[in-house]
Amino acid sequence: MFGVTFSYASTPVLENVTMKVDVSEILGIIGPNGAGKTTLLRCIDRILKLEKGSILLDGREMEEMSRREIAKHIGYVPQTTSGGFPTTVFDAVLLGRRPYISWGSSDRDIEKVLEALELLEIEDLALRDFNELSGGERQKVLIARALAQEPDVLLLDEPTSNLDIRHQLEVMEIIKNLVRERRISAVMAIHDLNLAARYSDRIIMLNGGSIFDAGSPTSVLTPENIKCVYGVEAKVNDDSGRPHILPIKPTQR
Amino acid sequence: MESETIIRKTALKEQYAKFTGRKILFIFFLLVLVLLLTGFSATLGSAPITIGEVYSAILHRFFSNHFETSWLANVVVWELRLPRILLGIIAGTGLAVAGTVMQAILRNPLASPFTLGIASAAAFGASLAMILGVGFVGGEYIIITNAFVFAMLASFLIYGLARYKGTTPETMILAGIAIMYLFSASTSLLKYFAEVETLQEVVFWMFGSLGRASWTNITIISLVLIACVPYLLWKSWDLNAMGAGDEAAKSLGVKVEQVRIVGMLLASLITASIICFTGIIGFIGLVCPHMTRMVIGGDHRFLLPASCVLGAVVLLGADTVARTIIAPVIIPVGIMTSFLGVPLFLYLLMRRKGEYW
Repeated sequence: MFGVTFSYASTPVLENVTMKVDVSEILGIIGPNGAGKTTLLRCIDRILKLEKGSILLDGREMEEMSRREIAKHIGYVPQTTSGGFPTTVFDAVLLGRRPYISWGSSDRDIEKVLEALELLEIEDLALRDFNELSGGERQKVLIARALAQEPDVLLLDEPTSNLDIRHQLEVMEIIKNLVRERRISAVMAIHDLNLAARYSDRIIMLNGGSIFDAGSPTSVLTPENIKCVYGVEAKVNDDSGRPHILPIKPTQR
Repeated sequence: MESETIIRKTALKEQYAKFTGRKILFIFFLLVLVLLLTGFSATLGSAPITIGEVYSAILHRFFSNHFETSWLANVVVWELRLPRILLGIIAGTGLAVAGTVMQAILRNPLASPFTLGIASAAAFGASLAMILGVGFVGGEYIIITNAFVFAMLASFLIYGLARYKGTTPETMILAGIAIMYLFSASTSLLKYFAEVETLQEVVFWMFGSLGRASWTNITIISLVLIACVPYLLWKSWDLNAMGAGDEAAKSLGVKVEQVRIVGMLLASLITASIICFTGIIGFIGLVCPHMTRMVIGGDHRFLLPASCVLGAVVLLGADTVARTIIAPVIIPVGIMTSFLGVPLFLYLLMRRKGEYW
């Protein structure tokens, strides 16, 4: 992905962002509210149209790919949504097969759905109404839907927001194992710096729409960077090779 | 362990197949209901005909060697009663499918074929013809063409605004409400200056009725439905995906804006071609999709056809009651649909465990 620029109306949100994701890699995107994390994910999935720049998927220009084709390669997990028309979990996950089917769902599609449900251990929810589920269960359903797409790249927007600590860790472990076992890449926008530090292979720190710093968790999550980007005094401890961030207080403006 | 997962998977697969089977059964059940209602409804009226005579008169047309019919039954069924019944069936079908599509593309439970001001535009067009005699063509078709043209005008207006301002559901609904008020006010203004007799005519038109049924208008509406419904059914998955939100739908490969615009125009076309002949029949387009969803869930592959057939059942049922309840006076079906449909709707809403929305 090279030199991506995007604006809402005339306000630039992303400026000249260049990045790269490898196979079997989790790339964490951190940054304060409004830094452009979600926008970046939406640009990668072409939900939003780029103003400048280009995105290459496996060496192919994404601009030239149809929406359906992109959907076969990239799975997007939005922030947990609620409401909408009632639908069963099974049908919600089956939606992930939409890029592959025209009208009827084949045995293979059903098989893929069952596989995704099993992987996330939510088979018992299959015929429940999506809207009746808890936040953690919904998040798992959305991940299952993205998996049913059989993507090469998984985009996750705040996969752990609204989840209790057990569900946070469960979801992150699932993502980690998927990336390793299926040899896919994951790009996740995430607020929790400690989760980011623990699970990302590399981290990109966004500030005001451009990359402030990028690299390994240890090199990016430093007290200086956190102070500069978030305006927070923080202590960074070493927790068996991964940085552990302890926020102390906001700095004087 | 391995075999255990396989057993679990097969069980789940069977469960899902059962779930799908129930939906198909529901559609089948409604279809049978339509056939029965057709027969029953055709026996009602001043000339006494039994239900057996009705079916043999109908079948005589297609298999004249196998079914006998009398001259009276033949004329009464084919010339007098069947057009009205068929108009009820196709109008119910069309209004219900338009409602289901509108609710899906606008992702709003309160959307109906009339959300975007289509009905009030049609009413304005019709009033213009009746009160001022102004129309696009003269003669006997002036009311019909006026209603149709204005209804489509309203939907193109929304289309234009949406093109300019973005095709989000919120923009389209708000623009639709604005247009609805504009046309209602215009109609009121016309009515204010109208003579008493024409005023009565306008009011009657707006009630909605199947009394103007003829083979010509049945053919026209059927052609519109044959052109539009298969396309909408084919787009079922896109409609499903849009229920999950625009972003999610896009990431699943749906051209959201295109589906929304085309869906809106087709739903408007179906609605306009029906209400220009029948006048305004509300309720069906709003409530049939909900009733169907409560019974078989929100998958549009089944929801669309099921709600079509339910629309036919409700409209035909309402008209049958409307013709008999204080015969020989026929209550306009637009009034009757609400009287019959609301209790049924409330029953389903209350009976449901847990939240529906």
